[in-house]
Amino acid sequence: MATVATPGLGGKTEAHDPHESYLAEKGLKSWLFTLDHKRIGIMYLIGVLAAFLLGGILALLVRLELFTAGRTIMTAEQYNKVFSMHGIVMVFLFIIPAVPGALGNIFLPIQLGTKDVAFPRLNLTSFYVWVLGAVFGLYTMIHGGVDTGWTFYTPYSSKFTNTSVIPMLTAAFILGFSSILTGVNFIATVHTMRAPGMSWKRLPLFIWALYATSIIQVLATPVLAITLFLLIFERAFGLGIFDPSMGGDPVLFQHFFWFYSHPAVYIMIVPGMGVISEIICTFSRRAPFGYFFIAMSSLGLALLGFLVWGHHMFVAGMSEYSTMVFSALTFLVGIPSGVKVFNWVTTLYKGSISLKSPMLYALGFIFLFTIGGLTGLFLAMLAVDVHLHDTYFVVAHFHYVMVGGTVIAFVGGLHYWWPKFTGKMYNEGMARAAFALVFIGFNVTFLSQFVLGSRGMPRRYYDYLPEFQSLHQVSTIGSWILGLGFLVMLVMFIQSLQQGKDAPRNPWGSAALEWQTPTPIPFHNFVDQPVITRGPYDYHLATEAELDEGYAPGERPADADD
Amino acid sequence: MSSEAATADATTEVPEGHDDHGHDEHGHNDHAHPSYLAHHFDTPQQQFDAAKVGMWAFLVQELLFFSGIFVAYGIFRSWYPEMFSAAAHQLDRPIGAGNTIVLLVSSLTAALAVREAQLGRKAGTSRYLLLTILCALIFLGVKSYEYNHKFQAGLLPGHFYHPHLHHLVEGSPALPENAHIFYSIYFMATGIHAIHILVGIGVLTWIWRRNERGDFSKEYYAGVDIAALYWHLVDLVWIYLFPLLYLID
Repeated sequence: MATVATPGLGGKTEAHDPHESYLAEKGLKSWLFTLDHKRIGIMYLIGVLAAFLLGGILALLVRLELFTAGRTIMTAEQYNKVFSMHGIVMVFLFIIPAVPGALGNIFLPIQLGTKDVAFPRLNLTSFYVWVLGAVFGLYTMIHGGVDTGWTFYTPYSSKFTNTSVIPMLTAAFILGFSSILTGVNFIATVHTMRAPGMSWKRLPLFIWALYATSIIQVLATPVLAITLFLLIFERAFGLGIFDPSMGGDPVLFQHFFWFYSHPAVYIMIVPGMGVISEIICTFSRRAPFGYFFIAMSSLGLALLGFLVWGHHMFVAGMSEYSTMVFSALTFLVGIPSGVKVFNWVTTLYKGSISLKSPMLYALGFIFLFTIGGLTGLFLAMLAVDVHLHDTYFVVAHFHYVMVGGTVIAFVGGLHYWWPKFTGKMYNEGMARAAFALVFIGFNVTFLSQFVLGSRGMPRRYYDYLPEFQSLHQVSTIGSWILGLGFLVMLVMFIQSLQQGKDAPRNPWGSAALEWQTPTPIPFHNFVDQPVITRGPYDYHLATEAELDEGYAPGERPADADD
Repeated sequence: MSSEAATADATTEVPEGHDDHGHDEHGHNDHAHPSYLAHHFDTPQQQFDAAKVGMWAFLVQELLFFSGIFVAYGIFRSWYPEMFSAAAHQLDRPIGAGNTIVLLVSSLTAALAVREAQLGRKAGTSRYLLLTILCALIFLGVKSYEYNHKFQAGLLPGHFYHPHLHHLVEGSPALPENAHIFYSIYFMATGIHAIHILVGIGVLTWIWRRNERGDFSKEYYAGVDIAALYWHLVDLVWIYLFPLLYLID
């Protein structure tokens, strides 16, 4: 439990200069065996970005195949595998660990004013468990992949498909462990590691979001673990509990699966919401409207997330009464989501708004998440769901929440905190161009899918009727614009690392704690142990020096002003 | 890598009375912290609290892990009550009860090990840890005897289910349809539990070694404490599995 120090475990034994940057030590070993949460976060970041690249390429292949009806570039069998692998890579390898594993790992201890997470060794373990899961996943892909979709529905996954289901289930099982360990670590850290004066009422909203997420990770992920474990044995030894011909129940698998996978949706979106709260406050230069409600709505989402899994199964053969209850509970999710959206918008009101690239992503998030959330209500309605179930409407809905929500928030957070953890500024003009491409490309890709779905185009189909072709082509062209946007962003970030200007301590003029420590971040996060005397958004209590943007005269990047 | 680094951090306050060095040999010379205190904690109390909170969070996820099996049990029991009753009749109650007592005793010895550690009695801690490990081994031995009997009788999960009448408990009628589902759940539940016992043996052995090495003291016994917490959970799960699988008719 990280309580015994082992000398020489990839570390220096001499003392650290308190001003020394965490990036100062060089060498591969100093990274691979690090116990520093910031370095582990960066390794996570590299890992999840690689997964995002892989998943993104698979997505482009799916869209390309659908450019024409019938065969375009691959066979139906290959298509089934490609969309399955896209879902699995994006869900388990990218979107679940993205915000907590990368941004959360780097900034949770800093925002709490502490030196590290509670269990640094467990933190590193969690990363390597993720790597192990990723290796299993990649092995499966090379070995032919799976064609079950990311949901592994029985009895197809247990009895009929001849693809590599068991190694892929093992990969997901292992990745679940990584997620649980991160959750346990963050819960213990938030409870016990807060700096003097960092009361619960002063916790940054990003921390509240990560805390709520960690609770879901700890409570929901083990249910996925047992489900996958049972499915592995069902497939390998014919247990019979998910097999109707042996007296079992395939719908039981769906219940088990969604009991995890619906809360998992909140594992994906809630940390993104936390990022957005931070960005909106910083770039409106004011305290959030209804801090307490935004904080509690994260916990509200965590709670409600456990009560609505049945809405994935309205047409799978549940009793009418359960579907009614699940439908009603699903509508309740609109309350905490609405609280967040309205409070963000109200925070903007009379704020001193600066439209830098992170803020553009935050505003984009509000717009796209609202569409994603409201179309969720269509699907929660029983009669409407019968028509829309398993159509592109569902695909568009969850991509608006997962990509328009989480990915946009993750990328926004990356822009927001990039100067702090890399110590480099990036080209604001390129960042805005990338945002414009991503925003337009995303909407072109997925708005058309709402129309496709409402006209009856089923999801996961390889072929389609001629009347769907034009909309499919619009969607595919949108995916190219979206891909181009991410490419521009990648070039911009690489350029920033190579030739970016050195970032000042507080380039956005934020009152939050992580911007008060030097850039790049010192090894122990702070030069002196901070004592917290105000909340992270108390702009009226922050001193001039704290809000100082830190550019020497004439040094201000030319494209950084509005 | 940062474990040794706290020496330079002059701003970290060290509470009075916690500057003792003598309890283990981990090379923190001239250290402001006691040697067992990791660099990123300010006080031993904070370190202990973090370990406790972390372990409890972990135990909660363990409970949720087993919950899937319990839910499957509940659903299939409500679907096939007669089959469950008849199939459960084939399990050996006296042996199961004996094993339950063995595990309960192991929980007691685990708790006593924590008590000895709190009092700083190294020998006593080791003794009770070894007793706990011994009980765990007895449990696994008995379990494998039971498994062996089930294998011989063909009372196996799913496809492998092929009951031999002469191996069944005397006087019992032939097992009803779908009895393989009971044995699927029985083997999955007790199998996962046995894996937890194995992990527990590993953890307790590691803690015993650390105790022998002199890592623990009156001031620092968190390792013993949280290992025992884990062990109690493994015990607790069995307390539910035993009546559900063996006793309920």
